[in-house]
Amino acid sequence: MNAASRIAADHAGRAVNRQLAGRRNRSLAATIFLLYLLLSTAIGLIALAVLLVTILQDGLPYLDVMLFENAPSANPDRAGARPAIIASVLVAVVLLATALPIAIGTAVYLEEFAPRDSRIIRLIELNIQNLAAVPSIIFGILGLAFLVRGLDLGPVLLAGALILGLQMLPTVIIAAREALRAVPDTVRQGGMALGATRWQVVWREVLPAAIPGIATGSILGMSRAIGETAPLLMVGAATFVSFNPGLLTQYTVLPILIYQWIKLPQDAFQGLAAAAIIVLLVILVTMNGFAIWLRNRYERKW
Amino acid sequence: MQATHPSSAPGGRPRLAATSRRLGERAIIGTLALAAGISVLVTVGIVIALLVPSIEFFAEISPAEFFGTATWAPLFEPPAFGVIPLIVGTLSTTLWACLICLPLGLGTAIYLSEYARPRVRQTVKPILEVLAGIPTVVLGYFALTVLTPTLRTLGWEVEIFNAFSAGVIIGVLLLPTVASLSEDAMTAVPRSLREGSFGLGANRFQVSTRVVVPAAISGIIASFVLAVSRAIGETTIVLLAAGQLARTSFWPGDSVMTMTAFIAGTGSGDVPTGSIEYKTIFAVGLTLFVITLILNIISIRLVRRFREVYE
Amino acid sequence: MDPTPSTAADSTAMESSRDRTPLGALGVAERTQADATPVEERDVVFDCQQVGVRYSGTRALRDVDLKIHSNAVTALIGPSGCGKSTFLRCLNRMNDLIPGAAVDGQIFYHGEELYQPQVDAIEVRKRIGMVFQKPNPFPKSIYDNIAFGPRVLGMKKDLDERIEQTLRRAALWDEVKDRLKEGALGLSGGQQQRLCIARALAVEPDVILMDEPCSALDPISTSAIEDLMLSLTNDYTVVIVTHNMQQAARVADMTAFFSVDQGETGTRCGVLIEVDRTERIFTNPAHERTEAYVTGRFG
Repeated sequence: MNAASRIAADHAGRAVNRQLAGRRNRSLAATIFLLYLLLSTAIGLIALAVLLVTILQDGLPYLDVMLFENAPSANPDRAGARPAIIASVLVAVVLLATALPIAIGTAVYLEEFAPRDSRIIRLIELNIQNLAAVPSIIFGILGLAFLVRGLDLGPVLLAGALILGLQMLPTVIIAAREALRAVPDTVRQGGMALGATRWQVVWREVLPAAIPGIATGSILGMSRAIGETAPLLMVGAATFVSFNPGLLTQYTVLPILIYQWIKLPQDAFQGLAAAAIIVLLVILVTMNGFAIWLRNRYERKW
Repeated sequence: MQATHPSSAPGGRPRLAATSRRLGERAIIGTLALAAGISVLVTVGIVIALLVPSIEFFAEISPAEFFGTATWAPLFEPPAFGVIPLIVGTLSTTLWACLICLPLGLGTAIYLSEYARPRVRQTVKPILEVLAGIPTVVLGYFALTVLTPTLRTLGWEVEIFNAFSAGVIIGVLLLPTVASLSEDAMTAVPRSLREGSFGLGANRFQVSTRVVVPAAISGIIASFVLAVSRAIGETTIVLLAAGQLARTSFWPGDSVMTMTAFIAGTGSGDVPTGSIEYKTIFAVGLTLFVITLILNIISIRLVRRFREVYE
Repeated sequence: MDPTPSTAADSTAMESSRDRTPLGALGVAERTQADATPVEERDVVFDCQQVGVRYSGTRALRDVDLKIHSNAVTALIGPSGCGKSTFLRCLNRMNDLIPGAAVDGQIFYHGEELYQPQVDAIEVRKRIGMVFQKPNPFPKSIYDNIAFGPRVLGMKKDLDERIEQTLRRAALWDEVKDRLKEGALGLSGGQQQRLCIARALAVEPDVILMDEPCSALDPISTSAIEDLMLSLTNDYTVVIVTHNMQQAARVADMTAFFSVDQGETGTRCGVLIEVDRTERIFTNPAHERTEAYVTGRFG
């Protein structure tokens, strides 16, 4: 704090001196700087707008009932995405049943029960922070080595979903911890002072108060997993699956199907890819919108 | 009256020993601790998955050949295992990504933190969140079917698959990340520092560039380092837009193969388990993991140092 | 159902001498009992011997010798940093929750040492309730706030009746009886604090500790809480930390004055200067540091 404020004050002082020395120059630099800032901000927004418009242009002509009813086919006139959409929903269900409870349990343990000064706990925290930034393809390698080939599970939906779940863990853990941390300590003390145990206070007061934040983080984590492509390439999400997938069958999810369609030479498949992208984006935007609504609706000012 | 505290012993002394050993609660807390251990198992699993086949790989192919030669053709006859082209390909796409996301992300962050009115900020930030949430396969589609053809229409003879398009789009993907993390760092700078400088007669430009940015610099650099790490690890966009041609070229219009593209391309094929081709996936994966691990640790350290100063 | 807590140490004679304020009565409590037996002769609830606290090795409080008597209000006063809140938190082992805090010396609660290994802090807190500086109701309904304690302690029988009695006892029933299912955070600050007191009463404690309970409240709410404190002494032992000397003079039977000792190395450590009947502390203290503080000449 001290060092930083000294540096800052020093800079400010020098800035003032220079300003007194050459006023005109300064305002030109300030104008150019502001233009740079506005341009920077605009580029992100423009990129998003162009992206969405292009995809709608390319995809809308191909967005029809067939896309939802038919299975992928070598003939673009009959190709659909039904098995992929079903698989994506199944993946979400597996994430909900496996990774989510583990992530929330981890967050509750680290935030409410873990000894603060323990080296092991600090190591676990560092580990989670690092895992959050490990490239997704590395998780694919993990799945390839242990699930698909090691356990000889083969390229089945469950293997892919579990890998996405592991990849999702750190994101949800970090979000859930923040939500728990936002519940003020006075709530915990109030409960403990009544003779409740730590767990009783956590279960009856802290968790309910943190649920909106945890739910928001969970949904955002799940939506990222559902849009993920790279690790699933490694665990063999197959290209053309014409049947409705189950947990232990081959499968392809929406992003993989889109990926495969993009790589096909016929223009019609590019259009189908764009149409499937629209479906994927609608799913993700709905999930994220719900998450953001949840956050705003139940956000509590303590 | 006496019914209220039945545990009070006769003779007036309250009985304060635990009435139950609370085994149920202990079991729950133990289960939660086990859940916390899973994340450690994931890391251990990753390290084992990468290390074991890599050791076998380096028993056959010397590290000198792997890191020191510039021909990558593991699936050809005779095979060649020089990883330099993959590293150059990765650096090439990462370079273009950084040229986009670092300056633009920082500019966006300064604008949102120091210039924008609250309403503008409340509008722009969620939109950037949407951009950050666009699946990479969608951005890959955009790079391949929109950006590359546009570059060609503009008269730049880039290859269909090229490092530039992929890199630029990765940059667009990471722009919100840099913007959001840098903005967090800048908003954490105490208001009093800004007010002190405004009080000295400094204008917004001077306060931003000479007070806020220097004070938030470790947080900003942390966001940069994280962006570099993400750019290096990005897979889908490069697979779709940069191609799979391993060559040592920094020319932006050339098709290149990144480390991630090799891993995904080979891993999704049918290479037999235990073959040398299969093991290359892990050797390249280990290289990628070590590089990103170092960058991540640097970033985490910088963030921590920043937090220690201001929180 | 009898809302009165069992203070096992109460003598039968004292039981019969009690003049109960009718439930729900708000206003100046009659202090008949205080007139009957001098405070010093009532049962000793807490006998503190050489109590001290360290936070991560740094001493914050030392050598407190203090007796707290039943059915009375004992006020802990003193300048900030004197360790009065720290001491209060020793009495129900809330200090256990602060990492690095260590308590030494002995505190006998009705003759039972609180810091023996076999004593369970949860059991201690069931009997010794606490109200905090800032009202901290749970973010749920008024009803659920009061019900929390009985529910976790397994006192689920006649819950509705218990909640009504408790709210009446805390002089809050008439204000909230029509909106028990509404959120507690919608109450005014003073109502929230009385709800927190009611929440503590619902688990039938023996002692209520209050840590500057009025410091966040306006004068009218403060007055309501002070009246409540007085009426509570018929059934409970109350220990209150306050920075407000007038408040101590208004409500306390006994007052303990804490102060800060400056160590040679510049370390600051809380100490108990003296404890006596409130009127003596404010009119004729034994110690000159006390006199300097109560007359406003404290340096």
